[in-house]
Amino acid sequence: MNESEGPSLEVENLTVSIPLAEGTLRAVRGISFQVARGETLCIVGESGCGKSLTSLALMGLLPAKAVRGADRLVLHGRDLTALSERQMSDVRGESMAMIFQEPMTSLNPAYTIGNQLEEALRRHRTLGRGEARERAIYLLEKVGITAAASRLQQYPHQLSGGLRQRVMIAMALMCGPDLLICDEPTTALDVTIQAQILHLLRDLQREFNMAIILITHDLGVVARMADRVAVMYAGQIVETGTAAEVFAAPTHPYTQGLLQCIPIPGRTPRGEHLGSIPGVVPSLIGEIAGCSFANRCPHAMPACQAEPPMRDLAPGRMVRCVLDPAGAAARQAEMA
Amino acid sequence: MSVVSSGLPSAQEIVGPTPGQRLRRRIFGHRGIVLGGVILGIIVLMAVLAPLLAPYDPYEQILTARIKPPVWYPGGTWEHVLGTDQVGRDYLSRLIYGAQISLMIGLFAAVLSGIIGTAMGVAAGYFGGRVDLVVTFLITCRLSLPVILVSLAVVAVIGGSLEVVILVLGLLLWDRYAVVMRASTLQVRSLDFVAAAQTTGCSTWHILVSEILPNVMNQLIVVATLEFAHAVLLEAALSFLGLGVQPPLPSWGLMIAEGRNYILFDAWLIAIPGLALFTLLLAVNLLGDGVRDVTAPENRG
Amino acid sequence: MLVYTAKRIVLAILVALTISMLVFSLLYLSGDPATALAGESATDADIEKLRRDYGFDRPVWVQYLSWLGNAARGEFGTSLYFRLPVSELILERLPTTMTLGVSAMSFAVLLSIPLGVLAAMYPNSLIDRSALFLAVVGQAMPSFWFALMLIVLFAFTWPVLPASGSDSWAHFVLPTVVLGYYATPAFMRLTRTGMLDVLSSDYIRTARAKGLRPASVLFKHALRNAIIPVVSLAAVQFGFMLGGSVIIETVFALHGAGFLAWESISRSDFPTVQAILLLFSLLYIVLTFVADLLNAWLDPRIRVG
Repeated sequence: MNESEGPSLEVENLTVSIPLAEGTLRAVRGISFQVARGETLCIVGESGCGKSLTSLALMGLLPAKAVRGADRLVLHGRDLTALSERQMSDVRGESMAMIFQEPMTSLNPAYTIGNQLEEALRRHRTLGRGEARERAIYLLEKVGITAAASRLQQYPHQLSGGLRQRVMIAMALMCGPDLLICDEPTTALDVTIQAQILHLLRDLQREFNMAIILITHDLGVVARMADRVAVMYAGQIVETGTAAEVFAAPTHPYTQGLLQCIPIPGRTPRGEHLGSIPGVVPSLIGEIAGCSFANRCPHAMPACQAEPPMRDLAPGRMVRCVLDPAGAAARQAEMA
Repeated sequence: MSVVSSGLPSAQEIVGPTPGQRLRRRIFGHRGIVLGGVILGIIVLMAVLAPLLAPYDPYEQILTARIKPPVWYPGGTWEHVLGTDQVGRDYLSRLIYGAQISLMIGLFAAVLSGIIGTAMGVAAGYFGGRVDLVVTFLITCRLSLPVILVSLAVVAVIGGSLEVVILVLGLLLWDRYAVVMRASTLQVRSLDFVAAAQTTGCSTWHILVSEILPNVMNQLIVVATLEFAHAVLLEAALSFLGLGVQPPLPSWGLMIAEGRNYILFDAWLIAIPGLALFTLLLAVNLLGDGVRDVTAPENRG
Repeated sequence: MLVYTAKRIVLAILVALTISMLVFSLLYLSGDPATALAGESATDADIEKLRRDYGFDRPVWVQYLSWLGNAARGEFGTSLYFRLPVSELILERLPTTMTLGVSAMSFAVLLSIPLGVLAAMYPNSLIDRSALFLAVVGQAMPSFWFALMLIVLFAFTWPVLPASGSDSWAHFVLPTVVLGYYATPAFMRLTRTGMLDVLSSDYIRTARAKGLRPASVLFKHALRNAIIPVVSLAAVQFGFMLGGSVIIETVFALHGAGFLAWESISRSDFPTVQAILLLFSLLYIVLTFVADLLNAWLDPRIRVG
């Protein structure tokens, strides 16, 4: 396969385990997905489903005690599992970059914006300070920050949350990465700023032809941003597909339940009870027998005691469920 | 007939241990607390039971048996297990009675400074405004005074004794109480249940005693242990310098001072009381650290 | 920043004045200072003469103001014991104390900061436990006893260092170790806590995500923030060490201002005692002020505002 074609990122059977006093916490239990160049993949799920740990695992930023395993972890043809920590730090910030949820605390308060931006570039490229500065100004303008040159002298505490997140984005793009991972980038921001940031990410993706993995629990963000969606539950991916496919015809009972919970203007009848998914997420410590959603699934049956297979419904469209996908629509109507 | 388990957890299993049980478990599971507590307990017992434990009168001078070494040295006997000092007083007895002095100083000074400092700190934290300004100013002034020098000077002017030392230390060591209690009160004050008490018309005194105080108690205990140790240490230093407790009282600091002239050949004269001091201080520090770890681990450091 | 500084200066002056009043009033704790100075065998006439000579017959506030006025000009009267101007005495002894203070501080910093950083990097490891052990022992160890034990070891058992006096640099070794170790626990703990906090912060995660090398993350990003409270602690600790120097200098017979303080106190040499008390307090006030400024300057959130 030519290096300029093929997926940006290939992940096969990624696991993250954390040894605890009570046992091993299997936070990510064998997930596989791909992201194509120029595509946005949204990983959506509730808190605790393992989506943040997935992003940290990809970057090699897991906490010391956590153990990562993967059959395949390939970024633009480069095998990440074979890299030493030193080599991985060369990749981080250069070929793959990440922005986080809390812009207010993600920048070092002791250094200027300019210092932190230029540092991101000069770590990976031999450039003079002038060149680095130019790139910083260029990117600050790209992310919509006016008076960029004077901003370089400012300290993080002098900027608002929205501005800081834009700076984070600019910082992530300093080396022109192939893949940008965004972990809940707008959750901590005002609703109006959220829209702007998402719009910005879209524009930048188009311009730089980046692959984006966007982690979120907000289905509204998914609807706006996703080319493709991966729904995560209890450390596993339970459904994948294009955004249109998953929203129009959710197949996994969990996905159906999620969509049921959101009022959709124009569709959900007034006064109607919003759905909720009964039960709680099972503990991820130790082994989980069978389907992890079984204890909350309205369609659970004895067959669910065994690990449900990942079924291919179409290229790129998969569901981890024993149920016959054909009856999905009927089941969904049932739940409404 | 066998009882078949229903498979459901019992009520106790669901509820789990009570907060009291959990706290007790943490307290006794913490090595520092246990170690510190045991050592302190032993020393307290030693002080309380001194008349029963001490083989001799600590003030009795046996001039024919001066500077006898402890039993593990050549020339030592079991008659004086820890030897005798320069005027023939039994060292073991003096050591045991010395515990009384250190503990008393620590306790009374810590309590006196505790009352002063807590009153100031809670008032500053609760009432804010001018009260806070005045208290903060007083704390700053107090912090600018070199405690050792001031204590020395005061004792020199009015004369040294157990009571004077307690008074001086009690009137000087309130600063940490004030600072910590002020911070804790500020924190607690902004919590909802205080606002609730205020709106229902509880008197200020009632609020302070029933709502604020119980919640700052943990911090208070930690500071109290630290200031206890501080007072013990300062008394030992003052007595060592001749401006604390006066002879013939068996203050450990005084014993070290008296033994100083003999350190060339009879170093045990200073080693033994010094070790006692160290052990007591270690125990109290471990206890204080432990209480802090157990009740507010975020303040660890 | 300017307003901050101005406020701090005003506060410092107010505190200094309050302290001066306290120090001055120390003389009156025993009642009549003339009687105290005169001694036991003095007659009434002697006491009266003393009272007039020293100006104790003036109203108290006049005495205070005159003392304060003189102090501002550096005149503290004459030492009752040494029969020399107090300011001369102090100036002669001060360099020794300062030398001791600076070397003890250096010892403390060189020992505690690397330890604190390592302890934070490897929590619950052997080095973490050792660092904490060192701190706990340091807090429980009476400095004068530690000093004496070191003297026994290094001046008698293995005679490598002098036991007392202040003639050569060797005379400063043991005092530096004792006084330095006295300050170590606070530094070590503050560094460790600070680093632990900082290392788990979001901006360190960002730094790692940028692919920065570990040394850069540790020193440029982490330490730079963790060190801020330590720097201001250093200034404050220096002040505490001045108090501790009284004990250390006395044990080692190091002829510094601390030893002079003890000598004067034991001999009721009031003018000298008052002068040293005032001086140490003023030094402490200045150091706290400097610490506040350093703190503000190192933190852009306060400096740039």
